[in-house]
Amino acid sequence: MCGVCGCSNPGTGGHAHDHHHDHHHHGGDNHRLLRLEEDLLAMNRHQAAHNRARCQDQGWFMVNLLSSPGSGKTTLLVATLQALAGRYTVGVIEGDQQTDLDAQRIRATGTPAIQINTGKLCHLDAPLVANALDQLALPPRALILVENIGNLVCPAAFDLGESLKVVLLSVTEGEDKPLKYPDIFAQAHMMLLTKADLLPHVSFDVARCLEHARRVNPGIGHLVLSATSGHGMAQWLDYLQRQVATFGNAGAAPLLTEACP
Amino acid sequence: MHEMALCAGLMATIEAQCRQEHAARVHAVYLEIGALAAVDAGALRSCFEVVSHGTVAQGACVEISAPPGEGWCPQCACMVTITSRLEPCPRCAGYPVIIRQGAQMRLVALDVT
Repeated sequence: MCGVCGCSNPGTGGHAHDHHHDHHHHGGDNHRLLRLEEDLLAMNRHQAAHNRARCQDQGWFMVNLLSSPGSGKTTLLVATLQALAGRYTVGVIEGDQQTDLDAQRIRATGTPAIQINTGKLCHLDAPLVANALDQLALPPRALILVENIGNLVCPAAFDLGESLKVVLLSVTEGEDKPLKYPDIFAQAHMMLLTKADLLPHVSFDVARCLEHARRVNPGIGHLVLSATSGHGMAQWLDYLQRQVATFGNAGAAPLLTEACP
Repeated sequence: MHEMALCAGLMATIEAQCRQEHAARVHAVYLEIGALAAVDAGALRSCFEVVSHGTVAQGACVEISAPPGEGWCPQCACMVTITSRLEPCPRCAGYPVIIRQGAQMRLVALDVT
């Protein structure tokens, strides 16, 4: 029995629960109106709750990295893994429609990585991540970085069970992205403005971008960084480590400690 | 096209309900898609037509209601009605409006025989 809902299926498949409904009988024609209260995302939400509970139990801090294609998610991941080398047990889940090129880049840093190929699917969902967690088979107290499919639209709707949502926006993309794709910015805890080394060459207005992001999400955090030049990376790593520490202190799970002294 | 993924989940729910209620056919599917939900009603209809093909719900009519969004305006200190995440407060024209409701996507009823 699982601790989330008391159901007998703690596995990765997700499962629907019965909901109360009454029957309204129309006269004579045998039509019945079944009244329901069923969230279209119920199955994903349910599996996400299982993933979240599993992460709590295991002391896994899971981060969902979201952005459009080409905004530098993998480059940031590689730089982050190199900077954190030996400090945490880390696992990476890579989402792409095709190829395991990103997972190869991650594995080159010595970090285990599971590549999820979604085929035609445009987002990662909670059951896919549950399978990847099984495959990663990390020990307790680890950091899990999930690189979602490059897409600013669909991944916004699918909770993975993560503790932190980080949206990347590269300065070559334009500061109006938070207004054009508000859903994803509305949900993110942190916005990273990437490729900041290119700021002198593009007309990206950081202040305007922030104003747009705060219009859809008044509480969103932000950092300006470049994984290539290293600018802002110290602040990003500091932020990430503070989030990890807060998670370890707040949860019932054992405090997430560094793997090596 | 996450509408397809949503419809696949919706179809699974409908089939489970029909089994439980011994219903042979679904004539109408009533959905509530909030104005701030990250989904397109037109795309949802098209996808439903595809995933329901050959099932108990083939040919069912899809009725979608779209309740408006509701948010809190800190300047006015009251709840206001909005139809998009980008809209300012309709009273003071200020930002931000803190969304409280309107992103729901729910199956609310099935007309079955």
